[in-house]
This record gives sequence, structure tokens and C-alpha cells, in this order.
Amino acid sequence: MSEGLFSKKNIGLLSGPLGTNNPITIQVLGICSALAVTAQLKPAFVMALSVTVVVAAANVIISMLRNTIPNRIRIIVQLVVIAALVIIVDQFLKAFVYDVSKQLSVFVGLIITNCILMGRLEAFALANKPWPSFLDGIGNGAGYGIILIIIGFFRELLGSGSLWGYRIVPESWYIANGGFYSNNGMMILPPMALITVGVIIWIQRSRDTKLQEK
Amino acid sequence: MKFIQKFFENTKPHVQKGAKYQWLHSVHDGMFTLFFVPKHTSGSGSHIHDFIDLKRTMGLVVFALVPALLMGMYNTGYQHFAAVGELSGVGFMDIFLYGFLRVLPVIMVSYIVGLGIEFVFAQLRGHEIQEGFLVSGMLIPMVMPINTPLWMIAIATAFSVVFVKEVFGGTGMNIWNPALVARAFVFFAYPSQMSGDSVWVSLGGKQAIDGFSGATPMAEAAAGHPNIDIWNSFIGLIPGSIGETSTLAILIGAAILVITGIGSWKIIVSTFAGGAVMGLILNYFAGDNAYMALPFWEHFIIGGFAFGAVFMATDPVSGTQTERGKWIYGFLIGILAILIRVVNPAYPEGMMLAILLMNTFAPLVDHYVVEGSIKKRLKRIKVKA
Repeated sequence: MSEGLFSKKNIGLLSGPLGTNNPITIQVLGICSALAVTAQLKPAFVMALSVTVVVAAANVIISMLRNTIPNRIRIIVQLVVIAALVIIVDQFLKAFVYDVSKQLSVFVGLIITNCILMGRLEAFALANKPWPSFLDGIGNGAGYGIILIIIGFFRELLGSGSLWGYRIVPESWYIANGGFYSNNGMMILPPMALITVGVIIWIQRSRDTKLQEK
Repeated sequence: MKFIQKFFENTKPHVQKGAKYQWLHSVHDGMFTLFFVPKHTSGSGSHIHDFIDLKRTMGLVVFALVPALLMGMYNTGYQHFAAVGELSGVGFMDIFLYGFLRVLPVIMVSYIVGLGIEFVFAQLRGHEIQEGFLVSGMLIPMVMPINTPLWMIAIATAFSVVFVKEVFGGTGMNIWNPALVARAFVFFAYPSQMSGDSVWVSLGGKQAIDGFSGATPMAEAAAGHPNIDIWNSFIGLIPGSIGETSTLAILIGAAILVITGIGSWKIIVSTFAGGAVMGLILNYFAGDNAYMALPFWEHFIIGGFAFGAVFMATDPVSGTQTERGKWIYGFLIGILAILIRVVNPAYPEGMMLAILLMNTFAPLVDHYVVEGSIKKRLKRIKVKA
């Protein structure tokens, strides 16, 4: 109890997942949704936000219940908590940003199966107090989100010539309008998202040689 | 040759470690071994060397590609003048020169981008420049339509060199054929520049004559009314990617590859056999579908079937290594190519995807061939004991 709210250890919980313990590039979790929702920046951002909210809230709830959950049924309890939160988030998106919610379609519901959530609950929330669990959830959600936003940025810019729905590449550049440019259709397809993730991992590991497996 | 050797020997001290032009070390080494067989030998164990090292092998493959390339250049000019209706007024050299000037920039872009990236990687990682790109750099222009913008070729080349070769460890480590991946990249990234009727014939800014369509024989066949001029398709005077149209020139290349022992004749033969089998099967179920009823020899002379079978499938790195595996590998390429061509309307040419798919499965084929022969030998031992 003597520990401060923002002690060094707690800050580490927040910043670790952004860099050397990133859920996507280091732990390689949550790849499925990272490929599916990043064709444009806006859905990627909303998805990142939703996952952050769900993982933080689930971490806090499970952390508070951790001493009362019987060990043998803990997975079911975790799933119930996550499912309830995901439905709340889904309803919220439908109510306030309906168009994005339609774009994300089934992938909001599939947050339930996102490995990051179960991973954090199992590995962290079950053994830690609510406040560190909350920070851990925010940190992992942000670490997941930042990668999603980077991928979404490049995919939308190169694949659609726009960002956040606003046109960046001028219309007159396109071949159809007498120009020379053409959008890269492959950036819209999931394989290119996988390659983008690969490039991010490549860059990160070549900058931080400690991360390289021998 | 003496003065070239002198030049390399004189400049060598300047590119050593710590010298002024150290960053040119890989370039120096690469250029030197291009001209001369290097002197240094293996340091450990006993090896048998002949003079056909990797650079010489690559040189022979490029040599085998030359007939198809020249024919492709001529055909580019021929298609141009035929499309604008000036064919009767121009001579052989005019036709060839037009094609030459249109194809040359494509080749240059491919080599400059590809070799540039290879040089940078070699220098960064401190190893020798690998020579694999000599062939890929020639293959990439030959599998592209003539009207592909140069910047697309540059991006596709960069993509295939970085993500197919360097990521897996450089020459000899790639799991797919780099030239085919470059083509697949353009095909999926810029579909409108890679298919349709307007990309195969260079008009050079002029108006096409009435009744000109620009469709390839394959596109016409896929649309349900095959109209194949066998002689023109065989010698290569049809619209198509730059190097793929002339079956005759490709067969000359095949002869060079097979005689020098660089390309596996087993893969070439089995690919054509697979294509023939699939063609016959489709003929049997054709009914009134004109494309399915197409005889298999007509499949061989249109599109990229022959080019793929001779120059792409035989790539020793991405293909199978075992002798029996080569038969299976080639046969399946032939079957898949014709199947994708005829049955899948979304992909007009099946050869590219068939070879890439079998590249992926080549290690699996090899694995089971090896396992199979081990099992057979074990059985033999048991019987004797």
C-alpha cells in the first residue's frame, strides 16, 4: 500500500507494451483483427479504442474478483466478463458511430476471442491488484492500438489515397483522369497488412537488437 | 582483358576495410567476379570445382532468354504498327527498333532498381553481392505487359527483391520465383494495368485503326470465342506480355537450357504433360463450352504456358530438388495452370499462380519423395534379413 499510484513499476506497466513488450510485434497476439480492420484509419482507430476500453475494464473487474473466482472455472468467468463488456461497447458504437460500427461488422464481437484479452487476464489481472491491472490494460490496449494505427495509416494512404476519409492524393494524378498514379489494390487486401506487420517487426528488431532471437 | 584485370587489381587496395572507398567494397567484388572467375578456393574439406560457378550459370540462362527477348521486341513493334495500320509501310528494322526502344527502358528500370537494392543490402550486411538478380532482372520485364508504367515495375521489382529474396536470406534462399512474385504483385496491386484489352499493345500515342481490339488470344478464348491463329501464336505475333508470346523462341531457349544441363528437362516435359492431361480431361467435359473444348496444343502456344514451363518452373531454387519430385512438381504445375485458366474466370492466366502455388509446395513434395525412398530401402533390408 506504500507504493505510489504512478511509481516506476506502474509506469513500466503502461509503457512496456508500447515498446519492448508490444502485444502485436513481440507477443504476436491479436494479429487476426490487426489484419482485418486496418484497411482504413478510422475503423482501425475505433477498434483500438474499443479493445483498450474492454481490456482495461475486464482487467479491473477480474482483478477485483480474483480472490473469489474458483480456479477451475476461471476461464468461464473471464469470458462472461469480456462478453458483457464487448456487448456494451458494441451497443455504444452502434448508437454513436453507426457507419464505423457497420464497417467493423463482426470484428467488434470478435474482440471476445482476441488473444490479448485472455492473455492479460490470465497473466496479469488474476495475480495483481485493480490499479496495476487497470494500467496494464490501458498499456496493452494502447500498444495494440498504436500498431493498428500505423498499419491503418499506410494501408489507407497507399491503398485508397486518403487518410481518415479525406483525400490526400489529388484526383488529377490518377490514370483515369489523365495522370500517372494508381492506388495499390494489394494494400487493401489482408496479405499486405501481414507484410506491413512484418516490416514493423523487422524495423523494431533491427533497432533494438536485444529483441532478436538467437 | 589484361587491362580490365589490371584495373581491378589496382583499385583493390582503395576499397579494403578502412580505406577511403570502403563502402564500394561489395560493388568492386561483384564487378570483379562478373568478369573473372575468382581465385580463392574453399578453406575446409575437399570440394570439386568446375568453372561453371553461379555467375556463369546465370549468364547462360540470360543467354537462353535472348531469343525470346528479341522476338518480344520485334513483336512489340509489330503489334504497334499493326494496331495503327501502318504495317505495310515499314521495314523489318523499323519494327524492331520501335520495339527495342519501348522494351529497353523496362529492362533498365528492372536492373537498376533490383541491383541497386542488392548492392545496398550486400554492403549493409557485409557479404558479397549475390548474382541471382541477373536472371530475375531479365525475367521481370519479359513477363510484364508492354504498357505497364515504369514506376509500377520499379515498385514490383523492389517488392520482390526485398520481400522474396532478402527477407529469406538472399540468392538461393527464396521460396518463390522472384520474377513471378513481381508479376503477381502488379497483378493484384494494379489489376487495371495488368489485364484487360488496352495494356498489351503499345500505341505510342497514335490512334488505333477501326476494328482493333488489342485483346490477347487468351482473353478472347476466356470470353467464349477462341480464335487462335496457330502459326502466328507459335512464332509469337500475338498480343501478350513482352517475352511470352513466341513459343518458337522459347523452345530455342529451352534447348539451350537443357543442353547445358541448367534447366531440368524433367520439369519442362512433365509440365507440358500435365497441361495435356488437364486439357484432355476438360475436353471430355466440354459440352458446348468453347474454351473447355480447346485442344491442349493450342493452350501451349497462347499465354505464358511455354514461357512459364521453360524459364520459371525450372528455377532450381524454388522448384523441387529430388528427381522424382521434379516429375510430380512439373505435372501438377501443368494441371493447375490449365485448370485455373479455363475454370476460373477471375484469373485469365493460370501459369503464374500455378507455379507460385507449386513453389510453395515444392519442399513438401521433396519431403515425401525422400521419406518414400527411405521407407522402400528399409523394407528391402527387412526382406533380406
